Amino acid sequence: MVEVPLGKDKIVVRDLSIYYGNVAALKNVSFSVKDREILGVIGPANSGKTSFLRAMNRLNDLDLSSRVTGSILLNGKDVNREMDAEEVRKKVTMVFALPLPLPMSIFDNIAYGPRRHGTRDKKRLEEIVEKSLKAAFLWEEVKDRLSSSAMKLSGGQQQRLCIARTLAVDPEVILYDEPCSGLDPISTAKVEEAMFELKARYTQILVTNNVKQAARVGDRIAFFLMGELVEIDEADKIFTAPRDKRTGDYITGRFG
Amino acid sequence: MSLLMKLHFKMSQHTKQRIAFTILGLASAIVIVPVIVIFAILIQKGLPAINCQFLTAMPRMGMRAGGIFPAIMGTLYLVAGTIVVALPLGVLAAIYLVEYARQNFLTRMIEVAIVNLAGVPSVVYGLFGLGLFVIFLKLGVSIAAGSLTLAIMILPVIITSSKEALSSVPHSFREASLALGVSKWQTIRCVVLPNALPGILTGTILGISRAAGETAPILFTVAAFYLPRLPKSVFDQCMALPYHLYVLSTQVPNVKPALQYGTALVLVGMVFLLNFVAIVIRARIRSRKQW
Amino acid sequence: MRRLKELIIEKTILLNGFACIFFVVLIFFFLAKDGLALFRTISIRDFLFGQLWNPIAEPPQFGILPLFLGSFLVTLGATAISVPLGMACAIFIGEIAPRWMRELLKAGVELLAAIPSIVIGFVGMTMLGPMVKNIFHLPTGLTALTGSFALAFMAIPTIVSIMEDAISSVPRSYKEGSLALGATHWQTIYRVIIPAASSGIVAAIMLGIGRVIGETMAVMMLTGNASVMPRTILEPVRTMTATIAAEMGETVHGSEHYFALFALGLVLFAITFIINLIADAALHRKRK
Repeated sequence: MVEVPLGKDKIVVRDLSIYYGNVAALKNVSFSVKDREILGVIGPANSGKTSFLRAMNRLNDLDLSSRVTGSILLNGKDVNREMDAEEVRKKVTMVFALPLPLPMSIFDNIAYGPRRHGTRDKKRLEEIVEKSLKAAFLWEEVKDRLSSSAMKLSGGQQQRLCIARTLAVDPEVILYDEPCSGLDPISTAKVEEAMFELKARYTQILVTNNVKQAARVGDRIAFFLMGELVEIDEADKIFTAPRDKRTGDYITGRFG
Repeated sequence: MSLLMKLHFKMSQHTKQRIAFTILGLASAIVIVPVIVIFAILIQKGLPAINCQFLTAMPRMGMRAGGIFPAIMGTLYLVAGTIVVALPLGVLAAIYLVEYARQNFLTRMIEVAIVNLAGVPSVVYGLFGLGLFVIFLKLGVSIAAGSLTLAIMILPVIITSSKEALSSVPHSFREASLALGVSKWQTIRCVVLPNALPGILTGTILGISRAAGETAPILFTVAAFYLPRLPKSVFDQCMALPYHLYVLSTQVPNVKPALQYGTALVLVGMVFLLNFVAIVIRARIRSRKQW
Repeated sequence: MRRLKELIIEKTILLNGFACIFFVVLIFFFLAKDGLALFRTISIRDFLFGQLWNPIAEPPQFGILPLFLGSFLVTLGATAISVPLGMACAIFIGEIAPRWMRELLKAGVELLAAIPSIVIGFVGMTMLGPMVKNIFHLPTGLTALTGSFALAFMAIPTIVSIMEDAISSVPRSYKEGSLALGATHWQTIYRVIIPAASSGIVAAIMLGIGRVIGETMAVMMLTGNASVMPRTILEPVRTMTATIAAEMGETVHGSEHYFALFALGLVLFAITFIINLIADAALHRKRK
């Protein structure tokens, strides 16, 4: 793994455009994400936020009508040309809008990724599961029922389980696609707390419709509108003195 | 006057409906009653013939006495052979169609081929099996040739139901797995297949029950007229229940009816047991579904 | 190493995907290989339009017209019985029957589908044959009509299940729209639902016919197997399928008779192929 010095660019996006059929979801976007920061991505529906995330870990490969131009560099390597999809997805994992536990036990859910990637040793798996659950603030709640079905957990617990599951594959970047859209305020707070703690080790990109959430956890904020990057800057600046009028309008709730 | 006519019109529409519904109901009864009659007859006339000796003894005196043991075993061998061939073939084909195939001309052709395979007459499968397996591949009249023939015959059943089972696994499960950097095949093997398995099993059992009851495809590929011993290898001929029933009812004079009905009942019992298992599995999936 | 394994697996799956096309071609090839060999000695005209099928005559006669008409007659009879009954049953199950009765009827139809054809043939031989004989005062009860009855009941499950699918996939709004205009339930069924489900109904009828034409054992046991030009439905006839099943055991591999039976199989294959294509086209149009 290429270690990038703290504060340096972990991800560099150059002239990225994403098309679905003939419709452009993202148009010529360029910016970079620093190592171990939380980048909040905000914008109204259909602004290209989710498309960006799915291009980031190449999940848009699954959509045969999609096409990507430009490049995304992870640690200086082009994810589309110099890495294969599985390698990218292992390093850049994703937490979805709706909690997506697999229909198996809590333990198996967390151990799923490491097992597929070749970890067979039971002791090692147990360590990974415990560590991941602790990091996602779920350990205390489930440590006595690791073998029960993950489908029985509450929505907030399921979402933290999904975070723990992504941590278990030892990623470098975690993408969140509106991770709290289906959760109550208390669960949301717990998920945000987990993200905050994870800052020490991971680069995180949070796509959210909730401007306040972006303000609470984001170090920097990117504002997308109709497939364009309107502006990206330190959270303080975006929220107090946005350079673009549209950013200010969106943040203050005048549209979107 | 006009009000009266309107009322009359309305009445007659309702009477029409009542008559129509009665006719439809009667037609449905006509469809169902023979099923019940067939069962009643088979059970009434066949049950007395069934005993331990009938099920476990070799036939004697030119099949006019003794049991049907080799026919039962032969059918079991054929069923086993058919599963071994058809299940992997069918499931892999379904995986291709659901997980890998794109919507294009070729995929459409595969679908058309499946439909046509399902419609080929069973006796034509018999001819095909004779031409390809028995003669061309020199397997001879054997369990191997018969199983292969039956396997291709039930392939469409297995593919169709496996496809349905695979597509009923939510797409989000696949994404969740892929997003962890797990490869496509591992995602299919570890997430999709386990969740589709009950549905696949149901379809397989239904296909197998069809294979167990078919006569025409095994006529020239495996079935032995009278062979009062068990086959030694997959290259042996064997007796089979459906063919045995055919022989007993048309080829051998002076067979006691009880023997015929008993054979028919065992065959139907076997096929129904398979169907019943499939229905139970299906019901369990529906009740236990977690998503 | 791991990548290589995955690649092999994916290629295997890909190969399997095409297995069905391969098998259809293979079936056609093996039927054609031996079937077409017949026409080295006999003209296609004599084969298709010859009025006598007698493989043991000197010289042997291989005219399939009586067999084709036998199949046609039995199929016609079975269709005439099974289509109205099946359609009525499908409408009753899909639209009218209360829930418990629907489940019962569906189970009954599935049960009917599961009975092996040999058992239908056997029960038909012992029960239906004598009945037909007594009712129509015939010398034998094994006639085209007897076969038609039995086959009708074998086609009904196919017809019912596909038609019922078609009927229940008619959008609710059509039905509600019609009912809201004051039409009775029955008017709604035959004016709105049946037309809307028509392509599915066509497919159901075609697949039912395909099932009947291809049926072998029950037909062989019930139709009397006289290979003469049929005149009425109350006479014994012999179908194409029954001819293959009955005679293949006695032929010598590579003989003219053997080739003739394969040629007959080829004709059957072609007929069912066309029927299935029509049914599939109907179903496909519906989906679009």
